[in-house]
Amino acid sequence: MANMRRAAAGAAIAASMALLAACSSSDPGDGGSSADASSSGGGSGDEPVTLTWWHNGVAGDTGENSLGDYWDQVAADFMADNPNVTIEIEQIQNEDLQRTRIPTALQSGDAPDLFQQWGGGEMAAQAEAGYLMDLSDTLSADIDRLGGGVAPWQVDGTTYGLPFQFAVEGIWYRPSLFEEAGIDAEPTTMDELADAVQKLKDAGINPIAVGAADGWPAAHWWYNFALRSCAQDVVASAGTSLDFSDPCWVDAGDQLQAFIDTEPFQPQFTSTVAQTGATSSAGMVANGDAAMELMGQWNYFVYEGFTDGSDEAIAALHEDLDWFPMPAVDGGAGDPSAAMGGGDGFSCYVDAPVECADFLAYIVSDDVQRGYAEAVGGLPVAPAAADAVTDPVLQKIATTTSSAAYVQLWMDTLLGPNVGGAMNDGIVNIFNGTGDAQGVVDAMIAAAATS
Amino acid sequence: MTALEASGRNAVPAVEKSTAGTRPAHPASDHPRRATARKWAEIALFVGPALALFLTFVVYPVVSAARYSMYKWNGVSQFSDAEFIGFDNYARALWGGSDPATHQAFRTAYTEPFWEALSHNFAIIFLSLAIQLPLALIVALTLNRKFRGRAFTRVVIFAPYVLSEVIAGTMWLIIFDPNGVATQWMRAIGLDMPAGGWFEDPTWGFWTVFFIITWKYVGLAIILFLAGLSGVSEDLQEAAAIDGASWWQIQWRINIPLIGPTIRIWAFLSIIGSIQLFDMVWVLNRGGTAGQYSTIASYMMEIGFFRSDWGYGSAIAVIMFFLSFVIALAYMATILRRDNAHPRKAA
Repeated sequence: MANMRRAAAGAAIAASMALLAACSSSDPGDGGSSADASSSGGGSGDEPVTLTWWHNGVAGDTGENSLGDYWDQVAADFMADNPNVTIEIEQIQNEDLQRTRIPTALQSGDAPDLFQQWGGGEMAAQAEAGYLMDLSDTLSADIDRLGGGVAPWQVDGTTYGLPFQFAVEGIWYRPSLFEEAGIDAEPTTMDELADAVQKLKDAGINPIAVGAADGWPAAHWWYNFALRSCAQDVVASAGTSLDFSDPCWVDAGDQLQAFIDTEPFQPQFTSTVAQTGATSSAGMVANGDAAMELMGQWNYFVYEGFTDGSDEAIAALHEDLDWFPMPAVDGGAGDPSAAMGGGDGFSCYVDAPVECADFLAYIVSDDVQRGYAEAVGGLPVAPAAADAVTDPVLQKIATTTSSAAYVQLWMDTLLGPNVGGAMNDGIVNIFNGTGDAQGVVDAMIAAAATS
Repeated sequence: MTALEASGRNAVPAVEKSTAGTRPAHPASDHPRRATARKWAEIALFVGPALALFLTFVVYPVVSAARYSMYKWNGVSQFSDAEFIGFDNYARALWGGSDPATHQAFRTAYTEPFWEALSHNFAIIFLSLAIQLPLALIVALTLNRKFRGRAFTRVVIFAPYVLSEVIAGTMWLIIFDPNGVATQWMRAIGLDMPAGGWFEDPTWGFWTVFFIITWKYVGLAIILFLAGLSGVSEDLQEAAAIDGASWWQIQWRINIPLIGPTIRIWAFLSIIGSIQLFDMVWVLNRGGTAGQYSTIASYMMEIGFFRSDWGYGSAIAVIMFFLSFVIALAYMATILRRDNAHPRKAA
């Protein structure tokens, strides 16, 4: 589950293997054409309809694929209830799907009917190009039912996708290492976090692991500083205005620099990747080589991947793994209880048959969402499915998500690949010591001028 | 290992063939017109398929890239909706463009990384010729004799070149991990890894990567040179030895000049390979988190593909194509010309 949420970009072998898998699974006819054939009739009748569905539920290193298996079952259930609908699924590794397969499919006009959608700037660009089906009216009841989590899948009030999972990020930690360092409470402010960092260093423990070699894990620290120094509307409107003149953006980098100067991260953090291998940031936390890591809820399952996979080993890990929200930063125009978050959703292609929207509504229905939480361990968006989350740590994340003053979508997703990528690279330069706070904003302004 | 030796031997005739360039004699014919028609039919038959493939998969993409490079295009919207901006993408890469509103921002964000990446390509060209060439020559000259285990030695030397770049890159990532073997060895002798880590240190990252590239590609040079040396007549060396020439004199006066064409061809391949260097730097970490060992190809991929700045990425691709093309032509016209002009002189 975790690997495909945000697989380490450097894992080229895995990527190429996944590509092979994707190629081999693409034979059963390409879907767009069959969609065209069926889209004309309004779709409500019993005419046979084929839906193609691309999602990122691929098998991990262990061969286990709980998400992919669950989607198979969801599709089978829907087909049983709607005998005229055939759903053809392609499982595609996350990076290949997002960066290669979906953009080229949309370009070619032969796109899958239902496909993974991460929301934000990239989705806005797809919507602007006219690739996405407007779901605002057809699924208005579902949009209301899901609530605020839908916002990242909307552009100017129009809904172009629905999320099946949404959660805030926070700090994962090992209680046993906290105990060893004499930390008795979860830090709630940056001062307390600094205090904990110092205690861990005194005890000879790497305080915080960060996979800066992958870029985005480092960038998430900056996002959180920006979230607190910038007012809510400054961040939210930046996604469309691309205006970074507010001094809070530079301030975020300055705060990050000050934080890095306290040396909270493991040595040579720019050489550390996020998820691959025992020396990755997740591996360090899972193996007890580092006490904390700022990450999304998917890391729960990434950590499990570093055990031998047995139930006892996973139970032992869960026993000594906990989570707290990103501590509040003093001052700044942002709400201290705001949080960074993100999720996964699906969009329908503009020419897809209307059954696509029906199926999407089914995917986010309360029962399927409940099943998603139970079978996959994900955090559902539907409020009615919240009770299906039984794991105490995941419950904590769900509670924080629902009680946050507001949840800001990952900034790189919000800003789209061009400006978002420039921002991430600029932030990594701060980590590398080759750039500064102003450099991040300059890079974002430059990238904004090209788009 | 016969396959390797065979391929090594083949390398020399390949060079000779390209330098021979003899013109086939026209067969006398009683029906010149029919012969001409037949000739054209033959040409069409033999060249046609290859030409069609070449036009479809080489010329058309190059022309398309040149076209995309003139547009502001994010790769998501339809290309027909993209805005035509002339040579602005090139200007952004080369000097930051002439628009005073964005000049400074573009200089820092685009021009500097572009030139940094390009400077890495040229540094690799220079260092390959300055370090890999002498190194490969010395090894090839040393190994150019009959001894037990010669085939095995050649296989070992050639092994890195045969390994896939992804596998080799992953292996070196593990070796040069901050907690990896290389670090432990350095610590064992009282030193430490570079402050920012082997790959990501702003100063040393490039040198780590250059070391890996040398490891990877020096085997090819050695095998090529050995193949060239095996084509040098032993009579010459024996005659020189009888005349009292030392080992060094034989190498310097006989062997090295006689494998000149091979060396020049290797240098050509090395230069073009350095300009296009991509796989290894990409596998290691996409040219480094701050472009410590970026190349023009990795930079193109990063900005064009991952930042969805397709027009700009295409402009970089065209610049890279143009550079390779010009350098290849210049090299052909100057350095390789002597090999072509005097085929007899070639070993």
